[in-house]
Amino acid sequence: MTSSTPDIIDHLVGIIPGSPLDAIRAARQQARDNAQASYLALFETTETENVSLVERFAVACFVAGLHGQDKELAFYASKLEAMAPGLPAVIAAEVALGRAHGPAGHYPDGPLSVENTVGATYAAGARDKLGARLAAALEHAHMLVIRPRDADAAALKALLDAGWSTTGIVTLSQLVSFLAFQLRVIHGLRALSRNLAA
Amino acid sequence: MTDQIVEQDVQAIPTVFTQAQLDWLPWLEPMQEEALTERHWNGLVDKARAKSPYFMLLARDPDILGARTKTDKDIFYNTKDGLPRPERELAAAAASRFNGCIYCASVHARFASQFSKREADVQRLLDEGVTADIDPRWNTIIAASVALTKTPASFGDAEIARLRAHGLSDLEISDVIHGAAFFNWANRLMLSLGEPSL
Repeated sequence: MTSSTPDIIDHLVGIIPGSPLDAIRAARQQARDNAQASYLALFETTETENVSLVERFAVACFVAGLHGQDKELAFYASKLEAMAPGLPAVIAAEVALGRAHGPAGHYPDGPLSVENTVGATYAAGARDKLGARLAAALEHAHMLVIRPRDADAAALKALLDAGWSTTGIVTLSQLVSFLAFQLRVIHGLRALSRNLAA
Repeated sequence: MTDQIVEQDVQAIPTVFTQAQLDWLPWLEPMQEEALTERHWNGLVDKARAKSPYFMLLARDPDILGARTKTDKDIFYNTKDGLPRPERELAAAAASRFNGCIYCASVHARFASQFSKREADVQRLLDEGVTADIDPRWNTIIAASVALTKTPASFGDAEIARLRAHGLSDLEISDVIHGAAFFNWANRLMLSLGEPSL
């Protein structure tokens, strides 16, 4: 892992050294360092046998887009464009297909069934351009982002059938789930930056 | 051949949110202890986690697991100058209740009860959901956690103003943001890679 990559959350929120938010993040330095280490483990790894870097950044663009976080989408898209020219535009069209509100989904049959909500489903559009593996990954990512409680073993079977290994599925799951965290920290700190105590 | 779904014969699916101790059964094959290298042990962070099917499945990608775990620990255990521990657990339980992760909600509702000594109030969050009217400060922390858990996140100026009105400092508001955001990571792993059992 490199140490030359600037802290991604600081960068995207616009936190500058010596600012109040810099001090807030420094008060939880281990969380700050390990959120960054998580980013590096997922996006600057050399172990790409199970999930390629193009797949990682393509899924990141899709997930940031589903969250409606355009600045973060642009960040991941710029990295993807450098390694797969034209793919960010394809992903942008998938985001337009997949945008929805969450969390939704169903509970195990029983008293909680009254809380079931039917979430928007998504089927990859440009399957020819995405390929079977990436199309399956986007469909899984959509479920995790929008309908997390609809997740089931059949969804993992669909990934296996599309050529994903068990270890690849673990990495993909971590990547989407990490982004659900990272995007919310960025969203939250950006809101806090506008509302700091006088 | 490990790349297949693990068929779980779950006899006792929890159908309500509970503070009881639950099991968690993976849908993909965890690593076996004898296959762990030093890097895997480092990813597990705590050796005892080699007994957990959840952590042994995530150990397939040890670098992100290790960074995830260290992020988690600082967000929840580093209370210096910040939000008290029970209210961090409350944020975690609220996010889990809203996403619908029965397993995560059970663990963190239990912790919230243990640290706050308010088991009946925590149970109301589980039974009535995130709109339960518990007390003004807890209601506000729950509502802020829910707003950040939505996709797209709706957390913003109004949530921060309410948190501040209930006495939370900037650092404490950041702690709420991180506690809720982290469970958007954890919930998605727990919901999608296996299932709870009584």
